[in-house]
Amino acid sequence: MIYEVFRQERKGQAFAHAGSIEAPDAVFADAYAREQYGRRGESAALWVVPRDAVHEIENFADELQKNYHRVDGYPLKEKLGKARELAAEGANALSTDAG
Amino acid sequence: MEPREQEFLEYVQGGGQVETDDWMPDEYRARLIKFIEMHGNSELMGVLPEREWILRAPTLQRKLALTAKVQDEVGHSQLIYRVVEDLGKPRETCLADLISGKSKFHNVFHYPTRTWGDVGVIAWLVDAAAIISQKALLKCSYAPYARIMKKICWEESFHILHGRDVILTMMLGTDEQRGLVQEALNRWWGPLMQFHGNPIAREEDPMYVWRIKSQGNEEARQQFLDGYVPQIWELGLTVPDPNLRKRDDGVWEYTEPDWAELKHVVTGHGPKTAERLELRRTTREETEWVRRALLAEAA
Amino acid sequence: MTEQVQKILEIADDELIVGWRNSEWTGIAPLLEEDVAFSSIAQNEIGHARALYELAARELGTTADELAFDRDPGEYRCSRLVQLRLVPDWARTIARHCLYEAADKERIGVLKESDDPDVAGLAAKIDREEAYHRMHAEMWSDRLAGEPRFTAGLEELRPLLEVRDEHVAEFADLWEEMTMVRRSVAGATW
Repeated sequence: MIYEVFRQERKGQAFAHAGSIEAPDAVFADAYAREQYGRRGESAALWVVPRDAVHEIENFADELQKNYHRVDGYPLKEKLGKARELAAEGANALSTDAG
Repeated sequence: MEPREQEFLEYVQGGGQVETDDWMPDEYRARLIKFIEMHGNSELMGVLPEREWILRAPTLQRKLALTAKVQDEVGHSQLIYRVVEDLGKPRETCLADLISGKSKFHNVFHYPTRTWGDVGVIAWLVDAAAIISQKALLKCSYAPYARIMKKICWEESFHILHGRDVILTMMLGTDEQRGLVQEALNRWWGPLMQFHGNPIAREEDPMYVWRIKSQGNEEARQQFLDGYVPQIWELGLTVPDPNLRKRDDGVWEYTEPDWAELKHVVTGHGPKTAERLELRRTTREETEWVRRALLAEAA
Repeated sequence: MTEQVQKILEIADDELIVGWRNSEWTGIAPLLEEDVAFSSIAQNEIGHARALYELAARELGTTADELAFDRDPGEYRCSRLVQLRLVPDWARTIARHCLYEAADKERIGVLKESDDPDVAGLAAKIDREEAYHRMHAEMWSDRLAGEPRFTAGLEELRPLLEVRDEHVAEFADLWEEMTMVRRSVAGATW
């Protein structure tokens, strides 16, 4: 059986895919993953997962203006420029009033 | 070339990377398998010249370092054969093809390891030559292969340290020890100069065209010479090539490597080829029952 | 030599030789994954030997390397069990591994209780690594429990565990090989 191994380099970090190993069962898989991906102290922890248990999802449809949950949906720079201009004009107007 | 294939080629040539389940041209898959399989074979056969010296390592520290180095190489072959298997060729078939002589392995692993000096030169210079090729594979268009190369290069860097330490200790030792290093260098220089292959232009190298490799053979050899000849010289060792020199424009000149020898050796006629393949064959046979016992229960 | 130093040397010799023998599998083990795992065990054992020799060497005014390599073959106190050359027989290799790890657990347990804090501290460290060796031995013995060649191996090898006075014939060859580079150049450092 093929097991996928995910490795956490330091405590607190995300686990990243490290590679795969072949083992007859979960006990062997643990022993083999420990040595193949952790013998130099390069891992704080491992996840050992049967390959069948990993589902891949790709192709994320994003056809119709879903930019409201992306950065490019918020063109703030232009608006901010205008707002600053407007504020500056208002301040001038105020100071004129005071004078 | 079909449009889809053309598009794929442009994609990888533009720096695009490919995953296992992506569509890929048959030629690309076939070349990947052949190239990566040979790399796996080389790691596994590279174990044998050094393994003989695991029992002879002269201090506890050297014993540990050499065992760990050989262990790393087995580990690399494990990682690499897994990549090949996911491309469609099972590990068992790779090993069978290796043993029958159908597939190849790198030239340097066909030669004998005569003395502890050879052990040092292998760990230092053969690994240095190998790491140059492997670093270039970090940019391989086939992403699963490029990814494992990170771990492989990281581990190889320890081997070079171990090799340099072995060599430096011997160079600081007796005349006899320095002699062992020089003799080993003399033996290995020819195979080292052949290691990166003939100087085919990279645009004509299909492995470069498909961006499986990211550099040409001669580029790799120049990088090796540039990095390591000064290190060899500074220890007072002599490189056994009277024509070796660095030109003003930075390019190294050297005596034409013996390409006929390279071809002869990698096609299965090296001094140790038959013996080492025979060792692989017999040990596989003798442990066959173990794999069957494990598989029987797993099934 | 005190009794304690003698005991430590005996354990160190066992660890050294079993490590040396197990390292014969590096590169030719039954599976690539197992190759990596079993090599780590061999390295750990040699690491334990080194640490134990260092303790003994302090008492004896020598070094770990000199104790490991520069004694006459007759001076090694290792058990006959660890001396045997077992490659390429995986069944007997695992049988030895199981017998050895079980026996090692006992005596490391005794050392952990030593009045000498250096000895007790080192034994505790060793035991933490040995725990993985025991797991490894157990996973294999579970797998091979029904293999006649494994069970026969256990029966054949068990009586050798505590025989230390006489070496098996192949120990001399091992000693020749493990010291050959070291003996090859007079006065050399490696």
